[in-house]
Amino acid sequence: MSGRVLVGVKRVIDYAVKIRVKPDNSSVVTDGVKHSMNPFCEIAVEEAVKLKEKKLIKEVVAVSCGPQQAQETIRTALAMGADRGIHVEVSGKDYETLGPLQVSKIMAALAKKEDALLVILGKQAIDDDCNQTGQMTAALLDWPQGTFASELGLDGDKIKVVREIDGGLETIKISTPAVITADLRLNTPRYATLPNIMKAKKKKIAKVQPAELGVDLTSRLEVLRVDEPPQRLAGVKVETVDDLVGKLKDSGKV
Amino acid sequence: MNRALNKTSLKQLTGLIQRFQSTLVVAEHNNEKLTPITLNAITAASKLGGEVSCLVAGTDCAKVVEQISKVQGVKKVLVAQHDSYKGFLPEEMTPLILATQKQFSYTHICAGASAFGKNLLPRVAAKLDVAPISDIIEIKSPDTFVRTIYAGNALSTVKCNEPIKIFTVRGTSFEPAEVEGGSASTEDVAASAPSGVSEWLEQSLTKSDRPELTSAKVVVSGGRGLKSGDNFKLLYDLADKLNAAVGASRAAVDAGYVPNDMQVGQTGKIVAPELYIAVGISGAIQHLAGMKDSKTIVAINKDPEAPIFQVADYGLVADLFKAVPEMTEALSK
Repeated sequence: MSGRVLVGVKRVIDYAVKIRVKPDNSSVVTDGVKHSMNPFCEIAVEEAVKLKEKKLIKEVVAVSCGPQQAQETIRTALAMGADRGIHVEVSGKDYETLGPLQVSKIMAALAKKEDALLVILGKQAIDDDCNQTGQMTAALLDWPQGTFASELGLDGDKIKVVREIDGGLETIKISTPAVITADLRLNTPRYATLPNIMKAKKKKIAKVQPAELGVDLTSRLEVLRVDEPPQRLAGVKVETVDDLVGKLKDSGKV
Repeated sequence: MNRALNKTSLKQLTGLIQRFQSTLVVAEHNNEKLTPITLNAITAASKLGGEVSCLVAGTDCAKVVEQISKVQGVKKVLVAQHDSYKGFLPEEMTPLILATQKQFSYTHICAGASAFGKNLLPRVAAKLDVAPISDIIEIKSPDTFVRTIYAGNALSTVKCNEPIKIFTVRGTSFEPAEVEGGSASTEDVAASAPSGVSEWLEQSLTKSDRPELTSAKVVVSGGRGLKSGDNFKLLYDLADKLNAAVGASRAAVDAGYVPNDMQVGQTGKIVAPELYIAVGISGAIQHLAGMKDSKTIVAINKDPEAPIFQVADYGLVADLFKAVPEMTEALSK
């Protein structure tokens, strides 16, 4: 089968890092902090590569929007099996205010330009925790969306998507072209092996400016300040279960 | 005198702005009952100061309309009943909301930050070319909102300069609106033409007699330390004594001990009960994101270095296989 998958990948502060708020409360400290690919994007890449391995699609294109370092994230996707990359260069002030609305406009423009059959994204980035980009990309393209996917089945020009919803799971059938966002349980991403990392260095990353795609990066959201959340007061250790139950009873909790 | 005059006109102006402010809450329901998070969203909407309307769309709306028209703070209920809203697909709901917006020109559109709200509202926002705001925990003013970022490790105050503010509301951050005492008018709105690009096939819901996780007063959660799905029975027994809901860490879900809809955390559900009992859970950042606003946190873990003890009000370093049955026993007395 033919068809192309566009996978969005975001470079974020590594999930295991304890973040720090800047003293001027403007944002979070990112300089000198370990970054890696957003975990949900890894799952999206894995799913796209799997579809290619099953010969259900012919090409996987990894896209990232951001400064120069975004290329590292694209390289990781290439090492996992993506065929080529597109780096949409956004830096400086524009990068600071880059949000899901702008990224979805970029993704929608690229999906049309590249004649994609599917756009697969993570369900949310673990830095801004927005959970918006996939839905907005689908809207701009007027494509159906299969969000929070934990299972995908391509069947001709339809896709069966099992979605994680609040009370359990639901299954929908959507037509292609479509936008999918990956939940944690969609798959387990592979590790890039050293030979594949070496091979990825030879794969091409095209550099594109948002203006070439006709995307205006103006943002009408303004972050006024970023604060530490209120700290919880230190608790106490109890010695026995009776002690614990007694304390909970005294405080009227049970 | 001039000053006094200015003051009055300023007051009038503020009143005028408030009158022009109007919010549409997209109601979440299952054709039988309103989903509780909608009540929290209505409270958030009322804080904006303007008139609050609710949109009920579905295949069978009568019962839900009856419920919601009694909810305090709701002025008008818009009803769109049509077979195309089966499964509440965003491809069908979005054109309806856009048509409603065109007719009534709301300044704010919101819903609860549930799987339903998160799926739908960003699609609506993109169609209106506005940037939405997810999972707000506080409203500072009609255009300024607070939300968490980085798994709840930072609070971001955002000013929204969009002509229409679209946001989802964290249920646990706003009290539910009173379900009695309101008297909203109802009005039918025309259903949009079916788009037909998506189809709802089925759902498999986890059945449970316990209270619903996100609104339970007490939550007992288990992690990897439970070692198997069968051992979760220990937690169910304890939960039954406390009339608690049972939650889980991602580790417990990934290991297949329990279904994914029980997951508490950044990527699962956000809970803020009166009492949260974490059993065999280490307390990774992603888990804390989902429960650290609980009033009282209890941790039972055999590892004294587990990060969960840093947020726990009461910590018990013990083997859960001994401590949990003992606790269930002690509570039976």
